[in-house]
Amino acid sequence: MIEFEQVSYWYSDVESLLEIKDEVLNSVSVVIQKGEFVVLLGRNGSGKSTLAKHCNGLLIPKRGKVTIDGLNTMQAENLWEIRQKVGLVFQNPDNQIIATTVEEDVAFGPENLGLPMEEIRRRLEEALSIVDMQDFRRKEPHLLSGGQKQRVAIAGVLAMHPEYLVLDEATSMLDPEGRGEIISLVSRLKGSITVFHITHYIEEAVNADRVMVMDEGRMVAQGTPREIFNLRDQIVTWGLELPQVTETAWLLREKYPHLFPTLPVSETELVDALCLSS
Amino acid sequence: MFIVLDHVSFSYLAHTPFEISALVDVNCAIDRGESVGIIGRTGCGKSTLTQHFNALLFPDAGKVLIDGSEIRKKSAPLKEVRQKIGLVFQYPEHQIFEETVFGEVSFGPRNMGMGEGELERTVRWALDMVGLDFETLKEKNPFELSGGQMRRVAIASILSMRPQALVLDEPTAGLDPEGKKMIFGKLKTLRDEWGTTLVIVSHSMEDLAQIAQRIIIMDQGKIVLEGPIREIFSQVEKLEWYGVRPPATARIAAEFRKRGYDLDCTVLTPQELAKEIEDKIIQRRKG
Repeated sequence: MIEFEQVSYWYSDVESLLEIKDEVLNSVSVVIQKGEFVVLLGRNGSGKSTLAKHCNGLLIPKRGKVTIDGLNTMQAENLWEIRQKVGLVFQNPDNQIIATTVEEDVAFGPENLGLPMEEIRRRLEEALSIVDMQDFRRKEPHLLSGGQKQRVAIAGVLAMHPEYLVLDEATSMLDPEGRGEIISLVSRLKGSITVFHITHYIEEAVNADRVMVMDEGRMVAQGTPREIFNLRDQIVTWGLELPQVTETAWLLREKYPHLFPTLPVSETELVDALCLSS
Repeated sequence: MFIVLDHVSFSYLAHTPFEISALVDVNCAIDRGESVGIIGRTGCGKSTLTQHFNALLFPDAGKVLIDGSEIRKKSAPLKEVRQKIGLVFQYPEHQIFEETVFGEVSFGPRNMGMGEGELERTVRWALDMVGLDFETLKEKNPFELSGGQMRRVAIASILSMRPQALVLDEPTAGLDPEGKKMIFGKLKTLRDEWGTTLVIVSHSMEDLAQIAQRIIIMDQGKIVLEGPIREIFSQVEKLEWYGVRPPATARIAAEFRKRGYDLDCTVLTPQELAKEIEDKIIQRRKG
């Protein structure tokens, strides 16, 4: 369980040694249970990436505390264990790949754990097969597409056998094809590992167990995707946009209040609701 | 025609064993004041194409004509072409280098020899065009701005060259819905009030639906489909074949058609889709 208790954070200006007390996180309390698939939504600058970086002690709260399975990120001696438990994948795939072949890149983490050769190989195979990149093992990473690179980055994290996978805007620099690859990978991971996916693409929240929304450093809503998509007016004030499917359903529902007993959140749900009811 | 490509072919690493053919016999014409969207899967040649528009690349075969004159490597008046056609790269904020917003946005015209008085007017106009306030931002360090603001400063620094056409590669990549709306809104003003020709490269049909009038689809270095936006977007199956994801509204309309309802597939917005569903399904059921 990842637990945030009244966490506040602000960035300080290193040059002038001044603390800029604009709270990027403002007393955030959040719990992510083991095995959950949670999506965190929020506009640019809402504090969601700052929150992500607290999950494995890259940032330490200025007030409040973050614990991972009871380990406090504030205590430096916990960080090694915390970082084995929580794997982070960032926005830009080019900043996360270090080796000259896919294989070497994915094996880098396990090698540094000092694992025996057979175990490293086993983990490499396992991670490559989960992200479906076995056929690219000898490729040079710079020859891959954005989506493929990001899958390699995820494989590198999975090879460390983390219990929590945090994706910090891992889809925001990808084309629609690459985004689709990552989203279907996340759906496959669902259940086997805790996934905390941070994004501003609301449609990526459709399959989540739980959706959280941040704005101006605060947690402003939590619920199932359907509950969140029902908050149409708030979604706009949070700087987000409903998926076109749900927006269409909303427009129809305004005129025909009884049309949808539950709000459709996927294309199939919308089409089924209208075709099957006839 | 403002921009014309006539049987243009281009290869990277030509005459080496690594030669990659990026454009194959491409013909296209873009008129003044138009807004054209270029779309296609990664590696289809769309960025290579746009770099021919302002003489960053020259064709191996065929001709590029800008405003009637042919662009050739040795003879072309490149300065003039690049002033006429402003190219905004992907993530243009990565290219910001000046220490103040004013310095950044005035860099281009100052190098063209513009005098101080006019320089200030131009910077003011360019910042205004992207929705940024001159007085509050001119002395600011661009690196301290938010991502969305930096993007707009970068676009302003191209606009300050007063280009007649603006070519933008993924102008809203990585921006949230608000940032996107802001950029597209400003681009529309530029087109409608100042007559600026817009060429926008994007991966997203939903985004292009907000601004483009005509769409060019590329695949494997060729233009494979071209036409008014509604005509293109309704060809759901063809689009998928070329690796382009049709907008959600068109996909949903197509799904209804499969189930026997004659919905119009040229719907671009949720409003239009809702109207179609209302007319063709709900009302008919009542009647």
